[in-house]
Amino acid sequence: MPKLLIRNGRVMDPASGFDAVADVLIKSGLIVRIGPNLHATGAIAFDASGLVVAPGFIDMHAHLREPGFEHAETIETGAKAAAAGGFTSVCAMPNTNPVNDDAAVTRYILEQAERFAVTQVYPVGAITENSEGEKLAAIGSMKTAGAVAISDDGRPVMNSRVMRRAMEFARAFDLVVIDHCEDLNLSAGGDMHEGEQSVRLGLRGIPSASEDIMVARDLLLAEGTGARLHIAHVSSHRALSMIAEAKKRGLKVTCEVTPHHMALCDADLASYDSNFKMKPPLRSPADREALVEGIASGVVDAIATDHAPHPGSEKMQEFEKCPFGVIGLETALAVALKALVHTGRISLMRLIELFTTGPARVLGLNRGKLEPGAPADLTLFDPDLVWTYDVNRSFSKSKNSPFDGWTFRGGPVATVVKGRIVWRRNEERG
Amino acid sequence: MPRGLLGIENLERAEIQAILDRAKAFQPAQSQPFIKLDTLRGKMIVNLFFEASTRTRTSFEIAAKRLGADAISITAAGSSLSKGESLVDTLNTLAAMRPDAIVMRHAASGAPHFLARHLPIPIINAGDGTHEHPTQALLDARTILDHRPTLEGLRVAIIGDIVHSRVARSNIFLLSKFGADIVLCGPASLIPPELASIAPGVRITYDMREAIRDADVIMMLRVQLERQHEAAFPAGEYFQFYGLRLEHLELARPDAIVMHPGPINRGREISSEVADSQRSVILNQVENGVAVRMAVLERILG
Repeated sequence: MPKLLIRNGRVMDPASGFDAVADVLIKSGLIVRIGPNLHATGAIAFDASGLVVAPGFIDMHAHLREPGFEHAETIETGAKAAAAGGFTSVCAMPNTNPVNDDAAVTRYILEQAERFAVTQVYPVGAITENSEGEKLAAIGSMKTAGAVAISDDGRPVMNSRVMRRAMEFARAFDLVVIDHCEDLNLSAGGDMHEGEQSVRLGLRGIPSASEDIMVARDLLLAEGTGARLHIAHVSSHRALSMIAEAKKRGLKVTCEVTPHHMALCDADLASYDSNFKMKPPLRSPADREALVEGIASGVVDAIATDHAPHPGSEKMQEFEKCPFGVIGLETALAVALKALVHTGRISLMRLIELFTTGPARVLGLNRGKLEPGAPADLTLFDPDLVWTYDVNRSFSKSKNSPFDGWTFRGGPVATVVKGRIVWRRNEERG
Repeated sequence: MPRGLLGIENLERAEIQAILDRAKAFQPAQSQPFIKLDTLRGKMIVNLFFEASTRTRTSFEIAAKRLGADAISITAAGSSLSKGESLVDTLNTLAAMRPDAIVMRHAASGAPHFLARHLPIPIINAGDGTHEHPTQALLDARTILDHRPTLEGLRVAIIGDIVHSRVARSNIFLLSKFGADIVLCGPASLIPPELASIAPGVRITYDMREAIRDADVIMMLRVQLERQHEAAFPAGEYFQFYGLRLEHLELARPDAIVMHPGPINRGREISSEVADSQRSVILNQVENGVAVRMAVLERILG
């Protein structure tokens, strides 16, 4: 593999605090050197003038749908969409068919990724067998096979005793337990956030309490077991304040927020467009503000997409029949820039942290930083590039995005994985 | 009205007033045996009823025919709608038929909005799930105005399962735009507090007597057992606490009227004595259904 020299970019590395115009020299998939005016004979040069050169972005929460739901997404198409969003690593949630609840499925996902994915793919194993919430899955062997966390995302463990055992067991393997917090009895039948908007639209509500109760339960169990707990896609202000309080007390708890929850709210459902239907639901403007505030104050550790592809036929139905979930890999950076950076709520460095060292720390991955010897995963983006998202040109097999047609300021320009440029803007359909 | 009628919420007060005024002109026609206009001659209206309905469907059919339009009704029973045809397939089929307007009743909130987003044809919402039933609110307003000079300042009690009622929601939006004083009453589990903030001039009480005191209009709602996904109130206690009986009428204004969108459940939300009393304008409501729907169809297609 030839050497790659990325020149004249604004190199920003949250891990070291480095922020200066510099060159990055890459050889054999590793970063060799970072500094001004580097020279390397025989290297391919990439002019990054005007661009930010950041560590490769990590999406710790995506649904790649393979195996089992290849009509919605595959590891190949999901990874391409990830690369087009500036991500160099993606975590694959286990709600596939079969569920990723044993080492064979974990290995299958990794093999498919090795053959077809342009990005790194990190499988997340299930907590319970078939994510049925009853018997613990083969957690230890999945970890050995390459799983980086466990979660029954989408079908959360209702039985507190089972969750307790899972946390105890995972702790011994130093695996983080990721929970999609939802009391399924309270949320049953709901289509959107319960509040003034649901009452106005005549849609059944999903109360914030359905999320808050499970966050409270998980925090108590994490405290008792000493497990590492990560709360997925926090959407309610009360859940976030409980997490903040738990962090203050020294619990090993982390959390993520999705781009859609920081940019949209329940009022956006007024047209009954199912591309605004997901779990947890878009909540009130006050909740959205609390999430942004939590990101600014440091309570939130990571931005994660919860990329959830569903084919058009499933989303072209009565609102109440449509499945939950939206795609988000390709728009994550642009939406986050809009909601957080261009509004002056956080610095660009903090934004990069939320996409890199933040998730890397949660998962214990040796990625997300720029230093000699580190894997050469890089995200190059232009914070001011004006572009319009056209979901019909998406790499994802599914088109269920709430951001179709949005014009953004700022977006990814090129993505480097293990020293290779795997995606460049304007070459999407080359 | 730019196109279609999806709900009252986004309708201007002047627009509503125009429909109500026009509906008055159509009222006398109902008492004469057979006057057929040709305002909508050559227009085809499809009544698409995914959910059973007798009075709304019939009244839309009569309204269309009185205006000279061709009306076709497709109802769930005995059509492809009951054979599992998806909404998007129905949509494509309808687009191919090229009707001039679609009147739609559907059990899912937002279903007509879905159709409106994908079809270049005016959609008239004849009731969507637990969301809105705009023509019902228009005919209710027409009925009130037949008994009162104005809606402004009227005290209207709406009693029953508010949260699941599209009739209540449309009436709240309409009455609020005209400055009525609206009191919602029913079991607390069926009246979330957020209802008080969906429109100005709305308040909530869980005490039937307080709701009815000094009311000009008492609007009873059908207890929608089919929309209750769980037991939201103790079975058997509904009539005792929220059923309208003769003694309640003592508390209201002496000339108060009692309304009900029908079909009524005698002995469940309203006693027979009240339903059949002089105060009841339930049959006027039915009559006004045709007049109001004629005004709506004429405005959209005329």
